[in-house]
Amino acid sequence: MLYRESGHFRTTYRADQAIFPIVQDRWVVAAVVAFAFVVVPVIADEYWLQAILIPTVIFALAAIGLNILTGYAGQLSLGTGGFMAVGAYATYKLTTFLPEVNILVHILVSGVFAAAVGILFGIPSLRIKGFYLAVATLAAQFFLMWIFNRVPWFYNYNPNGTITAPPRTLFGIVVTGPQASAEVRYLVCLAILVLFAYLAKNLVRSNTGRGWMAIRDMDVAAEIIGIRPLRTKLLAFAISSYYCGVAGALYMFLYLQSVETLAFGIDVSFLVLFMIIIGGLGSIMGSILGAAFIVVVPILLTNIPQLLAIPISVELAKHIERMIFGGLIIFFLIVEPLGLARLWQIVKEKLRLWPFPY
Amino acid sequence: MEILTAAFLGPIADMIAEPLFLLEVMIGGVLTGVMYSLVALGFVLIFKASGVFNFAQGIMVLFAALTLVGLMERGVPIWLALAITIAVMVVLAMAIERIVLRPLVNQADITLFMATIGLTFFLEGFGEILWGSNVKKLDIGIPDRSVDVGGVLINTFDVNAAVIAAVLVAVLAVLFQRTKIGRALRAVADDHQAALSVGISLTSIWVIVWAVAGIVALVAGIMWGGKSGVQFSLSLIALKALPVLILGGLTSVPGAIVGGLIIGVGEKVAEVFWGPYIGGAIENWFAYVIAVAFLWFRPQGLFGERIIERV
Repeated sequence: MLYRESGHFRTTYRADQAIFPIVQDRWVVAAVVAFAFVVVPVIADEYWLQAILIPTVIFALAAIGLNILTGYAGQLSLGTGGFMAVGAYATYKLTTFLPEVNILVHILVSGVFAAAVGILFGIPSLRIKGFYLAVATLAAQFFLMWIFNRVPWFYNYNPNGTITAPPRTLFGIVVTGPQASAEVRYLVCLAILVLFAYLAKNLVRSNTGRGWMAIRDMDVAAEIIGIRPLRTKLLAFAISSYYCGVAGALYMFLYLQSVETLAFGIDVSFLVLFMIIIGGLGSIMGSILGAAFIVVVPILLTNIPQLLAIPISVELAKHIERMIFGGLIIFFLIVEPLGLARLWQIVKEKLRLWPFPY
Repeated sequence: MEILTAAFLGPIADMIAEPLFLLEVMIGGVLTGVMYSLVALGFVLIFKASGVFNFAQGIMVLFAALTLVGLMERGVPIWLALAITIAVMVVLAMAIERIVLRPLVNQADITLFMATIGLTFFLEGFGEILWGSNVKKLDIGIPDRSVDVGGVLINTFDVNAAVIAAVLVAVLAVLFQRTKIGRALRAVADDHQAALSVGISLTSIWVIVWAVAGIVALVAGIMWGGKSGVQFSLSLIALKALPVLILGGLTSVPGAIVGGLIIGVGEKVAEVFWGPYIGGAIENWFAYVIAVAFLWFRPQGLFGERIIERV
């Protein structure tokens, strides 16, 4: 009754092109963001922040990155973990060389390195596509892992091969290193996610985004109507890798604090791919929902037997968790191949007719 | 200059200095390549007939080997165990067709691909719950020792594996070319709709293909398992089969075999001769780099169908 387009009279093009044209949408989004910024840090305890909220926020950022490449530009990539690693190692080297510069600047600049690497490994996309391209991006994944493992310069010749986040402050508050509180780290990640999600949403509504979607839907036709495939595809790779790089830097500096290359292995690439497929290909909202889903489900699966007080060994629990996880993915694909974003859309459509659907 | 020496002159000089050793390495590579080919073969069969990029092929190899070893450990004689395992793979194929493929007919390729990744997780957990996750030894009575042939050391197990693989490929070729089922399979691979319209049942063909792929996986699992024990890392060879596939072309059986051999030899030679110069363990990524370099010149792979696009 309340939630509908009619009755909102727009007098400017600006108002007409708003991200959320319906006023209730704007309220809800503003409320959710305010809740995430103000209420969540107050009510959530250390475990919630560290185990659920921080990884969700960081993976959501990576998922937006991959969704730009795979969901919008149609280039299937399995190299997300590798691009995230580039961001993490670039930030680490930057903090080593320029310790006095603000950590936030390092994190944002590290994305540029990831973008450069992304462009390099995106070049094959000009000739190959689909699953062939996916395998080419696997080359990126394995090659980057190998480089970061083999070249001691990347981890500052640390004998055990790990990189550790040095303590750094932002406006006088410790944000990285062992002293940083979970609330602060959560807020920093969330601020970056909100900013980048906003930028991504606008990007995909722009000329660039329409170019990506044209390439995705049919690249030959897109080329004929004057979209340059070289520029468009590489731009998608660059921006996607930038997002992944920043997510990787956050993953290492604000979440794990100390990592070896293994933390960015092929598993991470698959995890992020799961997120965008479960969440919905070609949807920014879906990336965030998918990330939350994939982070929360394994935690639920581990905790349910404990809550029900069923005594099972850790090993067995792990296997069962894998089985259920796999089963859930198949179930989800069968029930809703278009992902959580589609469910969200259905809810909105129903709400539009509520309470008189006929 | 130093880098150039390390990257080109050094390894090649080493090769020329020891031609017999090079031959030995290459033979070793061929035999590893045969294993890759077997895994890739399963992929190709399924991709041709149903257009599904079956990521679960690697886990099917592990699952088949685990089932076989698990049965043998419980005192089942090897022939019976083999028969039961084959039956299990056929039932698995039916279940996959019924539960996963049929509800997902007409979905996008990536959705089906994702479903097979889900299947991978499921089978991994299922196999390990059933049979445990520790490394198991699989002894199928093939001697594993090295014989000296004209100054070159050759492993008997590898030779046997290669022979078995060759026999398997020959049997498959006969199945595909000479039988009614084979004709139906090729018809489906060629054109789903045309095949349907002449009365070929798509679902039963899918079951057959998945079952055949399961049996190929079993053979691959026995070979790999007999060599290095049945363990989780077996499923990782699935990832190695991907560059083999794109090198050979996703839809070509000979491509899978030739691709496997090229990747096998290439990565062994690279590891042994280039490895020491640029820091070892390049086996992990070398196969992918060969494949990508190759795709630059032939995007459809060695024997793949030429990609023609129209608007």
